[in-house]
Amino acid sequence: MSAAAPPKIRVEGLDAWFGETHAVRDVSLDVRPLSVLAVIGPSGCGKSTFLRCLNRMHELVPGGRATGKVTLDGEDLYARGVDPVSIRRRVGMVFQRPNPFPTMTIADNVSAGLRLNGWKGRLEEIVERCLRQAALWDEVKDRLHSPATSLSGGQQQRLCIARALAVEPEVLLMDEPASALDPIATARVEELMHELKARYTIVVVTHNMQQAARVSDQTAFFYMGELVEVGDTETIFTNPREQRTEDYVTGKFG
Amino acid sequence: MRSLLLRRIRNHLMTALCGLGVLLALAPLASLLWLVVSRGLPGLSLSFFTALPTPVGEPGGGVGNAVVGTGMLVSLACLLGLPLGVGAGVFLAERGDGLFGRTVRFTAEVFSGVPSIVVGIVAYGLVVVPMHHFSALAGALALALLMVPTLSRSTEELVRLVPGSLREASLALGVPQWKTSLRIVLRTARGGIVTAALLAVARAAGETAPLLFTTLNNQYWNLRPDQPTASLTVQIFNYAISPYEDWHQKAWSAALVLLLVVGGLNLLARIAMRNSLGSHR
Ligand SMILES: Nc1ncnc2c1ncn2[C@@H]1O[C@H](COP(=O)(O)OP(=O)(O)OP(=O)(O)O)[C@@H](O)[C@H]1O
Ligand SMILES: [Mg+2]
Repeated sequence: MSAAAPPKIRVEGLDAWFGETHAVRDVSLDVRPLSVLAVIGPSGCGKSTFLRCLNRMHELVPGGRATGKVTLDGEDLYARGVDPVSIRRRVGMVFQRPNPFPTMTIADNVSAGLRLNGWKGRLEEIVERCLRQAALWDEVKDRLHSPATSLSGGQQQRLCIARALAVEPEVLLMDEPASALDPIATARVEELMHELKARYTIVVVTHNMQQAARVSDQTAFFYMGELVEVGDTETIFTNPREQRTEDYVTGKFG
Repeated sequence: MRSLLLRRIRNHLMTALCGLGVLLALAPLASLLWLVVSRGLPGLSLSFFTALPTPVGEPGGGVGNAVVGTGMLVSLACLLGLPLGVGAGVFLAERGDGLFGRTVRFTAEVFSGVPSIVVGIVAYGLVVVPMHHFSALAGALALALLMVPTLSRSTEELVRLVPGSLREASLALGVPQWKTSLRIVLRTARGGIVTAALLAVARAAGETAPLLFTTLNNQYWNLRPDQPTASLTVQIFNYAISPYEDWHQKAWSAALVLLLVVGGLNLLARIAMRNSLGSHR
């Protein structure tokens, strides 16, 4: 990846509020195409809020408001007349806690996005492909029509990843996707991010320093709503510019 | 040691008192059931469900037209009341935090306290007066108006119980809000809403007052919604206030039939509720 390639996502002067709470303060950064950006920082520093500004989910919270510029391939997501629904089709999201649709089967969960958006056509192949991409196929191929709630938490999370992949987004936002998982399932999800990077641009929030170091190309450190530092993951972890970053990644606070 | 003994005694005493309270509360209910079954059963036969009512003194006859009439009234009421009630409930849960939503919720609350006879008068004014005659339509409108407020409130509560994370999951897939409400949120709350709807239908089937001067009554079969129609409740009322012994017998039997209909609907509601709970575990 040459450094001169135009960014997939460019954030400029992004601010976000919950009513009076100023949760994200004047954040600017770039995300390179087909790379993984890890977002780290202490609890409550605005990581989730930042992430949710990238697919315009933040404004769905009562009192949620964002200003600034976020461009996807040069196109401003917050420009007038942009339909947030069409943005969310291009920028998929996986949440901290697995949230499969409880009334649907495993297969129907995967194809839910397509079906709900009126896509007509053969779904079996898509379901299989996405479940394979999410490293879940072998575990569920014999019970595609059982309820999604019959899966374990880790399997449910991978199901949610498959569901997000099925609508073929360009960017995948992941909010602590492994925080509810055991070490084995966590390793699976991390492996997955490595594979998905070949086709998607990924922004992942994590509390786990080792995980950030393992999966990401770049790392952004947030503190109290501000972006303290962003750079190559290796630099952030070995030779950060800011003292606060160093203190955080070495576990001195946070 | 002593205090433990004392506590045990007190515990047993209280349990016994509560048991007594339950018995006292159940006694009228049991005697009501017993009365209706014992008085109504002798008059029941197959023809009671299928035959037309007979004039005073003539033996036999039944409430077939009233059974059909109640069925038609309730179906018509459902056609109007279920979509309105469920729709309003979904709206209130999803978008009901503004001034408009609060107004609607307040109106529904006031409405659910309005006596059913008043709703009957409203339907009389709205339908019977302009049409110049009584009709099933007028009664169905009254029943629907009675269903909507309670049904919308229970739907609202059930929809609010659906976790926000499911709504977010759907929105994050690029599904528009309205589709998320209908296809994900409503679908998840469906079991509970079916239960609430069945209970509302059961309540509507047992209403008399709003039918007295809207659907009136009819001695013959009728399937036309624009005509006066027999119904179980009004038929019971007419039989009961008559001075004739054999009509009193018919009132008891018709009451038993009504009890079976309403009880059956309640039973269905319970089964629906159990199923909906089961499918989520
Ligand atoms: N729904 C909400 N209403 C009001 N304030 C909120 C809401 N959600 C978050 N906040 C506030 O916004 C700030 C940022 O929250 P955010 O969820 O983005 O933090 P985070 O970095 O993701 O934390 P964590 O690591 O614990 O998930 C916090 O101060 C929080 O209290
Ligand atoms: Mg968070």
